[in-house]
Amino acid sequence: MKKLKSSSDLENLRKEILSKRDPKKMCITLCSGTGCRAYASEKVNIAFQDEIKKQKLGKEVDIRRTGCHGFCEKGPIVVIYPEEICYLQVKPEDVFDILSQTIKEGKIIERLLYTNPGTGEKIIHESEIPFYKNQKRLVFGNNRKIDPKSIDDYIALNGYTALSKALLELTPEQVIEEVKKANLRGRGGGGFPTGRKWETTRNAPAAPKYVIVNCDEGDPGAYMDRSLMEGNPHSVLEGLVIGAYAIGSHEGFIYVRQEYPLAVENTEIAIKQAEEYGFLGEDILGSGFNFKVKIHRGAGAFVSGESSALVSAIEGKVGEPKPKYIHTAVKGLWNKPTCLNNVETWANVPLIINNGADWYRSMGTEGSKGTKIFSLVGKVNNTGLVEVPMGMTLRSIIYDIGGGIPNGKKFKAIQTGGPSGGCIPEQFLDLPIDFDELTKVGSMMGSGGMIVMDGDTCMVDIARYFTNFLADESCGKCIPCREGLRHMLKILNNITGGKATEEDIKRLEDLTEVVRDGSLCALGGTAPNPVISTLKYFRDEYEAHIKEKRCPALVCKELIIYYIDPEKCQACGLCVKNCPTGAIYGKKKIVHIINQEKCIKCGTCFDVCPDKFSAVLRLSGEPAPPDVPRETRIKSKERR
Amino acid sequence: MVQELRNVDEIIDKYQCDKSALIQILLEIQDKKHWLPKHALMWISERLKVPMIQILHIASFYKAFSLEPRGEHLVRVCLGTACHVRGGQRVLEVAERVLGIKAGETTRDLKFTLESVNCLGCCALGPVIVVDDEYHGKVAPSKVGDILASYTR
Repeated sequence: MKKLKSSSDLENLRKEILSKRDPKKMCITLCSGTGCRAYASEKVNIAFQDEIKKQKLGKEVDIRRTGCHGFCEKGPIVVIYPEEICYLQVKPEDVFDILSQTIKEGKIIERLLYTNPGTGEKIIHESEIPFYKNQKRLVFGNNRKIDPKSIDDYIALNGYTALSKALLELTPEQVIEEVKKANLRGRGGGGFPTGRKWETTRNAPAAPKYVIVNCDEGDPGAYMDRSLMEGNPHSVLEGLVIGAYAIGSHEGFIYVRQEYPLAVENTEIAIKQAEEYGFLGEDILGSGFNFKVKIHRGAGAFVSGESSALVSAIEGKVGEPKPKYIHTAVKGLWNKPTCLNNVETWANVPLIINNGADWYRSMGTEGSKGTKIFSLVGKVNNTGLVEVPMGMTLRSIIYDIGGGIPNGKKFKAIQTGGPSGGCIPEQFLDLPIDFDELTKVGSMMGSGGMIVMDGDTCMVDIARYFTNFLADESCGKCIPCREGLRHMLKILNNITGGKATEEDIKRLEDLTEVVRDGSLCALGGTAPNPVISTLKYFRDEYEAHIKEKRCPALVCKELIIYYIDPEKCQACGLCVKNCPTGAIYGKKKIVHIINQEKCIKCGTCFDVCPDKFSAVLRLSGEPAPPDVPRETRIKSKERR
Repeated sequence: MVQELRNVDEIIDKYQCDKSALIQILLEIQDKKHWLPKHALMWISERLKVPMIQILHIASFYKAFSLEPRGEHLVRVCLGTACHVRGGQRVLEVAERVLGIKAGETTRDLKFTLESVNCLGCCALGPVIVVDDEYHGKVAPSKVGDILASYTR
C-alpha cells in the first residue's frame, strides 16, 4: 500500500474504496463483539459463509462482521443493509431462511424481529426499536457499520478526515482551543476538562512527551471501552494522533486490560493498517508530524487504571499509585509530561474536529457536553450499551431505552460509577444525568456503569460486595485503604451474617471517613462511597439485619432459610433430585421437607421448583415452621 | 529445560531485552506455559538485569501470573456487579463443589484451575463462566456441572 501524503490522497482513497462498493448491494452485518461471541455468533458466521457458497449468493450479498451493536441482551444481532432489517437472537439454523427468504425474495422473517413487549408489535428496522430510537450514538454508532479489522470500512465513513484537517489545516494551539471550547470532559470518570489537560502537558517544559490511551476498564459492570476498542479501534487511534499532534508528543501507548484479548487483537491490526496508510509513523499525511504507538497489555490489577499506577505498569513495574503532588500531565511516564485519557475521551476528539466545538456544545447540559456511553446492566430488560446525550434522566434510560425491570418487578436502586460510585434510590429517578448531578446525590459518573437493582437485591450485600472487591484490589501501599477497607468489610460481613451490634453502624461510619480522607489515591478515596450511599438511602435495611436478624430482600445466606410449603408441594421430586447435600426428604406422593441442619442454602431447590407450584419459600427473621407429621404428608387426590 | 529457556530467550529477544517490557515478557510466558517456572524467572532476571525480588513482586502483584502450575483448563467465574446481582456467587459455589476446590486452586489431577474474576465485560450475559476462551452465558447454578463435565471428555 502506498503511503498517503496529502488530504487529496486520502480523499482519492476514500472515493476509490466507495467506487468498488455498490451501495445497492445487500450486506449482512453480524455483530461479533465479545457479548455476541458468547452467544455463538461465530457459529452463525460460519453458517452464513457455508450457506452463501451453497446457495451461490456471493455476487448478491456481502457479509461483514462488525463490532458490538450495544443491544447485547438480544445477540447475536444481524442487520441487513441497505434496508436495515434487524434480526435478533439469530441461530445457525436461521441462516438458511435468512438467505433464501430475505436475501433472495425480500421477505421478512417475522420470528426473528424485535417484538415490543408492551404491544406485541413487530419492528423491522433497527433504528425504530425503542432501545435504539431513544439513543444518540455519535461515538458508538459506527461500531455497527464497520468491520474493526478493515481500515477501508473506517475510511469509507470519512475516517481520518479529522486527522487530516487537524494536521494540515490547524495549528496545535488551534486544536487544543477547539477541544477546550467544546468543553470535552474526561470520560474515564473524573470529568476533568480534556483541553486543559492537553494544554498542561503541552506547556510542561520537559521533553519528550507521551500520550496514553487508558483501556484498563476494571469497573465491574462497565464494558463500553472494551466495545469501542474492539469495535472501532481506528476512531480511538485517530483521536490519539490528533491529541499527540496538539500536545507535541511523538510516542504513545495503549494500555489494554488483560481480560480483553479481542481488543488487543483488533487494535494490533488497526495499528498495522494505520502505519501502512501513513496515519502513524513518519511524516503523517505529508504534514511532517511523526508519531508511533505501542500496545501495553495489562496483567490484571484494578488499581492500574489509576493514572500514576498505570504509568508505573507501562514502565514495567508494579502498578501501584504514587502520591500526586505533581500531576502525571507534568511528570508521568519516565518522569516526562504524559497525557492520559480514557478510550471514550479519545474517540470523541475526531467528532469535535470534524464538526466543530459549537456543534458539540449544542448537546448536553450546562456543565457536561456531548454524549456518554453507559453500560446498562443488572435487573433491566434491555441490557446493553447505550449512548445518550448528557442530561437525559435516569428514568428515560431505564424505562424508555432499558425497557424497565424484568418480570414487572419494582425498581429499587441504580448503582452508577462502579465501586467508586454509589446507589441512587427511586426518588432521584428524574435526575438528569451528568458529571455534577450524579456527584450531588452521592454517586458519580465513573466510567459509566449502571447497574439496575430490583427488590430482590439486598443493599447491604451490595455495599459488602463492593467493599470486598476493593479490599481485594487495594494495592496495600497506604494504611487507611489497606486496613480501613479490611475492617469495613469485616463489619459488613458481620451485618450480613447477623452477627453485628448497633454500635457497628457508627464504627462503619467512622471508618468511611478515615478511608475517604486518608487514602493516597482515588481507589481508597472513593472506596467508601457504596457504603456511604447505601447507609444514607437504605439505612432501614442495615437496621433490619442488625436488630431483627432479617434480610428484607432475602439474599443474605446466613439470615435466610428455605422451607417447603406442605400445601403447595406437589411431591414431584425435582428438588430432592437436585439437592446437592441430600437435605430434602420425600418421595413421589409424599410431601417433601428440608432438613435445616443439612441445608447449605444454595437455593437449588428454590430454582428448580416449577413456577406453577412455587412451593419452596425463602424466609428471613423467623424460624422454619415445624415439619408436618408423616401421616399428613401423603399427597392423595382425596386430600386435595 | 534447555529448550524451555530457549523459548524464553526468543520472547526476551522479541522485546529487545528491554527492561520496561518485563510485564509483557512475563505475560507471554504465562500464556504459553500457564504459569511462571522459577528457572525461567531467574533467566529473565539475568538477561534483563532486573533483580529477582522485583520480578517476584510483579509476578505476585498481578492476577494474571501464577507461580504455581495451573490446570489444563482455566475456569473463570465472573463476579462483576451485573453477574453478582444475578446470582454469580452461587454459580461459583456450585463450581467449587463440583470441582472439589476453592477459587484460586487447581484440581489435583491438574485438569482444572478455578478462579473468580471481577467482570469480563459481557454483563448482558450474566452470570458468566469462561472456560479457557469459551464463554457460557446466563448460567444457572444447576447447569454448572454439565458445563464442566463437557471439558473432561
